[in-house]
Amino acid sequence: MSKKYHVTTTVNGDEYEYLCEPQQTLLDVLRDELMLTGTKEGCATGDCGACTVMVDGTMICSCLMLAVEGDGKKIETIEGMAKGDDLHPLQRNFLELNGLQCGICTPGILIAAKALLERNPDPSETEVRYWLAGNLCRCTGYDKIIRSVLAAAKEMRGA
Amino acid sequence: MNSLRYEAPSSLGDAIALLARASGTSRILAGGTDVIVQMETDVIEPELVVDIKRIPELRQIAVENGAFRVGAAVTGMELTDHRAFCEAWPGVVDGVKLIGSMQIKGRATMGGNLCNASPAADSVPALIAAGAIARIAGPNGTRDVAVEDIPTGPGKTSLAKGEIIVSFLFPPRPARSGDAYLRMTPRTEMDIAVVGVGVNIVLDAGGVCTAARVSLGAVAPTALLVKEAGAALLGSRFDAPALDRLAQAAGAACRPIDDKRGTKEYRVNVAGVLAKRAALVAVERARQNPTGRSI
Repeated sequence: MSKKYHVTTTVNGDEYEYLCEPQQTLLDVLRDELMLTGTKEGCATGDCGACTVMVDGTMICSCLMLAVEGDGKKIETIEGMAKGDDLHPLQRNFLELNGLQCGICTPGILIAAKALLERNPDPSETEVRYWLAGNLCRCTGYDKIIRSVLAAAKEMRGA
Repeated sequence: MNSLRYEAPSSLGDAIALLARASGTSRILAGGTDVIVQMETDVIEPELVVDIKRIPELRQIAVENGAFRVGAAVTGMELTDHRAFCEAWPGVVDGVKLIGSMQIKGRATMGGNLCNASPAADSVPALIAAGAIARIAGPNGTRDVAVEDIPTGPGKTSLAKGEIIVSFLFPPRPARSGDAYLRMTPRTEMDIAVVGVGVNIVLDAGGVCTAARVSLGAVAPTALLVKEAGAALLGSRFDAPALDRLAQAAGAACRPIDDKRGTKEYRVNVAGVLAKRAALVAVERARQNPTGRSI
């Protein structure tokens, strides 16, 4: 057995401590140790984006980061997106415009879309499509996802 | 599964010592976008992983005698967000921008892209065309090696045990210089190059090519520096005959495989077509850079 590593980190503003084995990914620990199961596992090889989270303000696939690397980092997951019952405009627009079907890809897409709108509040449709190219959805054909992101962007700009 | 040890030293010396002393399989962890996949899928079962991201020299974008030195563990996002580097080396940035999704670029590094030694790595032909020099530190000291001399075959490099790529030094950027990287993929995004071409050129005041480096990816066991292709452009104004000689030289250098992404014949043909297109992008960028990039 490998030695366990003690990690102190911040997830959605709350301090967490966990013990992990060196081969465990951040995704494994979020879901299985911290019980933050909003972050999904799709491919586990960095191709599908279902496990997208923010680490120190950068969006990454949590399946491609070791949990032990999380020490001292600031992690943001889908659980931190709504404020209580108050949904984020992206979440509300996805619901209203049917930007999801089965929902497995949705947390990763919401995190990725939020990261885009923080960098670029007024993206073109092409920019949204390229930014979300690393988030695969096998249900929707993407069109409603893109429309939901553009509608949320418009709402957030107050336009 | 073997017992795995994770170390994240904060100095280069400590990292080299850990790797040099390791008895079993060890891996350097930078962005992890290849290494962690290989661990997860049991392609490798290392006993030691050395995370190099806490070593300051590997994480900096610095200026040295008017030229860029980029840490090997700088992420793709950090590099593509660096305005002065993007202006000086748009072709290198073209290559880095094609390394996976935004999520992958949040972690992936040029040092990792080079050391993973995929023949289709997108940043490598761009680095070779740029003339980037890798600084390698190891148990026997430091050496500077041209990027084209690092990959030796698919998944293999010329690095010795305990050696780490610390940084990439780019040459100074003279007036009327420009670079470009283009790749061919069946899809527009999230795909692996069938052919990749990096071109880096310098023009004189009259628009005549005075220096040219051309590199091809995905058409041989390693990315190639094709000197004949660069020579085909020298002295030209990128007229049709010169571009045809470039395409001919690029195609002649290919030693490709047949696979599901493309046949040998297709790759050879595309290498020539893409080399022409990349050269024209590089020329346009050089024309828009009349005074050089002061860094």
